[in-house]
Amino acid sequence: MIQIQDLYKRFGKVQVLKGVNLDIGRGGIFAILGPNGSGKTTLIKSILGMVVADKGDIKIADKSVLRKFEYRKNIDYLPQIANFPANLTVSELIGMIRNLRAKTSSHEQLIDLFDLTPFLNQKLGNLSGGTRQKVNLVLTFMFDSELIILDEPTTGLDPVSLIRLKQRIEEEKKKGKTILISSHIMSFVEEIADEIVFLLDGKIHFKGTVSDLMKQTGQQNLEYAIANILTDNHA
Amino acid sequence: MLKILKYSFFDLMRSRWSYIYFLFYLALGFVLLFLNNDVSKAVITLMNIIVVLTPLIGTVFGIMYYYNSREFTELLLAQPLKRSTIFLGQYTGLSLSLSLSLVLGLGIPFLMYGILESAAIWNFASLLLTGAFLTFIFVALAYNIALSNENKIKGFGYAVLLWLFLAVIYDGLFLISLIVFEEYPLDKFSLAATVFNPIDLSRILILLKLDISALLGYTGASFKKFFGTGLGMFISFSALMLWVILPAWRIVVKARKKDF
Amino acid sequence: MKIVLKYYTFLFWLMISAISFAQEVEVCNSCTFSSLAEAISEVDKGARIYLKKGIYKEYDVLIDKPVQILAEKGAVLDAQGKGYGLIISADSVRISGITIRNIGKSYTKDFAAIYISRSKHFTVENAVLEKVFFGILVEKSHHGQISNNHISSEGIEEAGSGNGVHMWHSSNVVVEKNELHNLRDGIYFEFVKNSKVINNKSHDNIRYGLHFMFSNQNEYHYNTFTHNGAGVAVMFSKFITMTHNSFKENWGAASYGLLLKEIYDARIEYNRIEQNTVGINAEGSTRISYKNNNFISNGWAVKISGACYTNIFERNNFLYNSFDVSYNSNLNDNSFNNNYWSAYTGYDLDKNGIGDVPHRPVKLFSYVVNRTPETIVLLRSLFVDIINFSEKVSPVFTPDNLMDDSPLMKKIK
Repeated sequence: MIQIQDLYKRFGKVQVLKGVNLDIGRGGIFAILGPNGSGKTTLIKSILGMVVADKGDIKIADKSVLRKFEYRKNIDYLPQIANFPANLTVSELIGMIRNLRAKTSSHEQLIDLFDLTPFLNQKLGNLSGGTRQKVNLVLTFMFDSELIILDEPTTGLDPVSLIRLKQRIEEEKKKGKTILISSHIMSFVEEIADEIVFLLDGKIHFKGTVSDLMKQTGQQNLEYAIANILTDNHA
Repeated sequence: MLKILKYSFFDLMRSRWSYIYFLFYLALGFVLLFLNNDVSKAVITLMNIIVVLTPLIGTVFGIMYYYNSREFTELLLAQPLKRSTIFLGQYTGLSLSLSLSLVLGLGIPFLMYGILESAAIWNFASLLLTGAFLTFIFVALAYNIALSNENKIKGFGYAVLLWLFLAVIYDGLFLISLIVFEEYPLDKFSLAATVFNPIDLSRILILLKLDISALLGYTGASFKKFFGTGLGMFISFSALMLWVILPAWRIVVKARKKDF
Repeated sequence: MKIVLKYYTFLFWLMISAISFAQEVEVCNSCTFSSLAEAISEVDKGARIYLKKGIYKEYDVLIDKPVQILAEKGAVLDAQGKGYGLIISADSVRISGITIRNIGKSYTKDFAAIYISRSKHFTVENAVLEKVFFGILVEKSHHGQISNNHISSEGIEEAGSGNGVHMWHSSNVVVEKNELHNLRDGIYFEFVKNSKVINNKSHDNIRYGLHFMFSNQNEYHYNTFTHNGAGVAVMFSKFITMTHNSFKENWGAASYGLLLKEIYDARIEYNRIEQNTVGINAEGSTRISYKNNNFISNGWAVKISGACYTNIFERNNFLYNSFDVSYNSNLNDNSFNNNYWSAYTGYDLDKNGIGDVPHRPVKLFSYVVNRTPETIVLLRSLFVDIINFSEKVSPVFTPDNLMDDSPLMKKIK
């Protein structure tokens, strides 16, 4: 589904990505992990074309996507911070994104799922962080795209919504979609991820299933496994 | 691009600041007319205000809007849209809404005072047109500054400095250099120096309508040729167009390379 | 007593007969006289010559006896570019209704449609003079009336064109209700005394609408001067009265509404001076009273340069001029009082109609422009407003006693 070849990116003096090579197959949930500043968000944004890579190539469905924009029709993206124009109402925003994508959408079902109906006519500026994140999720999942990219999807969600989110992710996976998630919440990752991509110092340090990782590190728990990698590396 | 333009525009038209800006011009229009009781005189006073104020407002709003809508911009960037579409859409949306506040805010009081029957109607119309031009120019310049500066405070500072420079300092340096080099033929130099500052350029454009082109022709043959004929009007307008097009073009270039 | 009465009766009958029994002849293609010159040479003194409709190709037509030439509409004297139209050298000549065209052009002779020399009590009225070099040229003549004429030419450059009404060493002439355009000067007076110019329209002339040189004790009222090189120029003259005239749209690099040079004791009152590059330009002008004038939308309303003494500006309206007053010399006991300035920003707390703070009509920027003309491109810029303001607060470059101590709060109607 996604092939990344020799990807470099530097921000000022900081070399964030130092030759990332990554092959992500079709179908399944892939978690991108790594310590702060390891380049997770940069990697995701490079795939989306929001960050312009210095060197390397990114292919989606065997086509290079650098400096293109049409391919994003087939990507659903959940940004890390949910901040919207304060003067639009929830339904206007949904209408606007639908208008921009011109694709069939299942927003009504999602609005029910996240109990957003009472907020539809409120201005986005007046919503709480959690509610805004729910709107963010609706915007992401309402289109039926083959590739879904979620950047910290659990931020600010109440437990009920979190469970519904997990269910939704599972459903999407069953439809055979490719889902890319970055998250800090290890339990969440452990629960849903099929494969883990571990980024360290701008490179892929590990790629494989959760059990592979535990085997490799000799730990019983993902959190410890990760900590182990980090301490080993810095030791 | 029209979709983005539409959303930016409606987003702004409903913001508090647009209302304040609109009400400010409305009040200004009424106060001017009330104090002067004469449309022609009010138009002259208005010129001084428009030439200084619309650039300032354009700069400040441009900077603020860019920084405030950064997350939303990111949301848009993840959609199947070209970068130029997004930024030009936002830019035109913002400029249009500011221009609309200006035109309506000043238009309503002047319409009520009978500008339509007054001889000053064309002066007034060209005043509003120039105001709109200045808005487009300075929003574009502000966007350029914002795109090049991640730091809000820095960006804001540069933008206000740019305004201060073009509105006041430039003219000061210009005047001093004219006086220092008064023994040399200066007409070409001063025409060129005017073109390089959009505020001066708009001022001249309004002067051509408002004051008297022949007054400017007083100083010499080049001036007379420039201001006395349609040529001056044409060149000034073309230069003003360039002042919109070049920064807008740089927005596109800058946006294409930028990381979000 | 009886004899005296008889004498008067005789005189009375003589006058009656003179009026009713004056000789009358007609000139037309099929009349006894088919040429005007021929008719004039044949008739007695005091005859009336009726010029019928038609085109008469004659020039240098000499009128050497008192006659009246009364032309019908459509009676045209065509000089074919060869010389003068009519040459009047007798007293009491009256010319009415004639059309004269195609006067010769010369760089050595002042060809005119009507040339009046050493004549008294002449009248030229209702004439149409077209494509003239000079229109009406008056020399050493007195007590005349020039009215309701339309004089025009196709003047392009100063040297190749003449004046509409040109008077030299003459006096007591009234120039009234004429229209003059596309000439060098509309009306030109040189060494002319006690004459009046009233209700004329002088426009689109290359040089001046009206021009006085060395001419004292003249007056002009209710005239309109538009689109001339300069509206009116008054030079080296004394006791000129100028009232109720309108000086408009005299545009261009060196254009003035009214140009005053070396004149004394003039009155300039109730005039309307609108949209001129310079409204009034005064040089070496002394004891001039400027009262109740309207200066509207001029580049400079009043520009005073060099040796102007005891000028009084009172009750004028200065409205929306780019510069109201410009001085390049000292104030020289000129005074400004009770004027209305649209640029005045003061207040009137005691509500007596007079501003409580004096108004300084000379801006620093006008001083700068005088020095370096190119700086005019900065007119009305914020920076200029700032320096003007600082100069207003503490005058450094402009004469600090130049001010109107009692500016009016309301425009004078």
